Amino acid sequence: MNVMLRSRASRWPQRLLRATLTLVAVAFMLAFLLLPLAVVFAEALAEGVQALLSSLARYEALSSIRLTLIVAAIVVPLNIVFGVAASWAMTRFEFRGKALLGALIDLPFSVSPVIAGLIYVLLFGAQGWFGPWLAAHDIRIIFAVPGLVLASVFVTLPFVARELIPLMQAQGSEDEEAARVLGANGLQMFFRVTLPNIRWALLYGVLLCNARAMGEFGAVSVVSGHIRGLTTTMPLEVEMRYNEFDYTGAFAVASLLALLALLTLAIKTLLEWRYGDDLAAHAPGGR
Amino acid sequence: MTLELSHLTRRFTDYPALDDVSLEIPPGEFLALLGPSGSGKTTLLRILAGLDYPDSGSVRQEGRDLLALDARRRKVGLVFQHYALFRHLTVADNVAFGLRVRPWRTRPKRADIAARVERLLQRVQLDGLGKRYPAQLSGGQRQRVALARALAVEPDLLLLDEPFGALDAQVRVSLRRWLRELHDDLGLTTVFVTHDQEEALELADRVAVMNRGRIEQVGAPETIYHDPATPFVCEFIGKANKIHLQRAGRAMAAAEWNFGEAPWGTEVKRALAYVRPEQLELCASSAGPGWPTQVRHIYLAGSVAHLELDAPTLGQRLEAQVASEDLARLGLRAGMDLRVGPRRAIVFPSGDSPCTAAASKARWLWQHEAGADPAARLRAIPLDRKS
Repeated sequence: MNVMLRSRASRWPQRLLRATLTLVAVAFMLAFLLLPLAVVFAEALAEGVQALLSSLARYEALSSIRLTLIVAAIVVPLNIVFGVAASWAMTRFEFRGKALLGALIDLPFSVSPVIAGLIYVLLFGAQGWFGPWLAAHDIRIIFAVPGLVLASVFVTLPFVARELIPLMQAQGSEDEEAARVLGANGLQMFFRVTLPNIRWALLYGVLLCNARAMGEFGAVSVVSGHIRGLTTTMPLEVEMRYNEFDYTGAFAVASLLALLALLTLAIKTLLEWRYGDDLAAHAPGGR
Repeated sequence: MTLELSHLTRRFTDYPALDDVSLEIPPGEFLALLGPSGSGKTTLLRILAGLDYPDSGSVRQEGRDLLALDARRRKVGLVFQHYALFRHLTVADNVAFGLRVRPWRTRPKRADIAARVERLLQRVQLDGLGKRYPAQLSGGQRQRVALARALAVEPDLLLLDEPFGALDAQVRVSLRRWLRELHDDLGLTTVFVTHDQEEALELADRVAVMNRGRIEQVGAPETIYHDPATPFVCEFIGKANKIHLQRAGRAMAAAEWNFGEAPWGTEVKRALAYVRPEQLELCASSAGPGWPTQVRHIYLAGSVAHLELDAPTLGQRLEAQVASEDLARLGLRAGMDLRVGPRRAIVFPSGDSPCTAAASKARWLWQHEAGADPAARLRAIPLDRKS
């Protein structure tokens, strides 16, 4: 009886605390996440749907969308290959320098993207180490698509690997050993056992990698050179339009990026809801 | 199809997992590798499966070098402790896996695969569950799926790694009896790893007791239990009282009990005798031969009773065992004074450097001469393991 009374007495302050905390969290969400998102769409639609569409239909806008898609289409597969290979190596083998490899995979998370971009300028730019050689052979990397791809690869490098390593570590290699003893060759083992085991985590990593590749600004900005219609991706196009006081145009492209973010969020939530157990609740850490 | 393992050695970075292991496994045998964790039994199994390789030594089957074959060509069925079922495949697809990954020339037709899977599922008493996913099955059912999957490729050798380790006690006992019957039906050479001595002694034709990467003893379960070859086997299998002997004149003795002259001569000063609880004879009179003891506790464990005895002259505790029906008949109770003597003991010389190999050669099977006992002695009924 005594216990019941006490628990009832303590219930009121507890409820108050819970309500306050919830309110604070929701207020923050509204002010810092939902409000800007709403502003983006409101500004984009400020002059009507017609203006938005025609602004998106302009040559530079279409070219920036195309370039963003091209970069993502190159970066994401590269990331899948690297991510799967790195996680396989990290979880299935013992070798010297394994800890170093793990640290290197995380490096892009700790390096400022601008510096990543600068490194490539330093290496491949006109005054860079390989600059003269590249110029002599007429190969353009900086201020061209290859530079954009390199910078995006660097920035997105950890996404797939960080998603897969904890999962593959937890799953162990028994399934693969079972497949081998049952007579599967390497490819059969990978496609029939390993890949199905990691598919949802892989998809999750790809999703995050894709969102980052399409939205990356800093590293890409340094190596792009801002050549309209040639080397501007969507985030760069937003910045350029904004600097030119074309607010509707800037927010129009920005709203596309925001839509991409919402779509990513939706698919991510769906994945977590549907396959939460397989994902082992490991988000890529350290940013 | 005898499997010959000779001089297998496998070192991990800091300790030897296998240390010069040689073993012959005749066809159709059900062999248990028994040992504590870290004794090398799983390493040995993985080498047979082709998932690990020895640093030296060979595995031959009818003159064929098995180590030269990749795991996928060994025709070995392996069942993992945690089943390792493919969770994204149904039970039927799991069982069919080994057939479906074959190159198309040797791959059975789709209908043949389906028929064989159906037969196997019947065989392991899981017919009708083919469309389920592993997550929808109980532990015992999963283990049987793993077994069916291993049998589907028609292996020459079946390997089981702690097959019942993850199951609860009742399922474990019924599943292992079932596995023994299955083995008798199939006649497949089977090697299984376990740390559970009861399991090994009950199931296997022969048991190989392993310790620190070495095989201590290989033999029939009865031999392992009644005639252990090394001190480790004495201590690891069943219970045994460890009694220290000293040389007294030409004979070896422990307090009041004289064991007589040892077969290894007189240079050995100390020895260790192992006496099973059921080999201790109890005598109610306080004047008879044997060590004077006092009953500390009586633990009734179903059909048998364990007696914990204080033996002050030995400076240790002894454990004896009587059938629980005899407990009342003999009037045994805590606090009672008893005289206790061994009926049978296995004695090893204990030098300063105990060497198992030398000790096993110097083993002394000591037996008390029958007929010399006074009539007053109470006979503790030995527990027959098999009944």
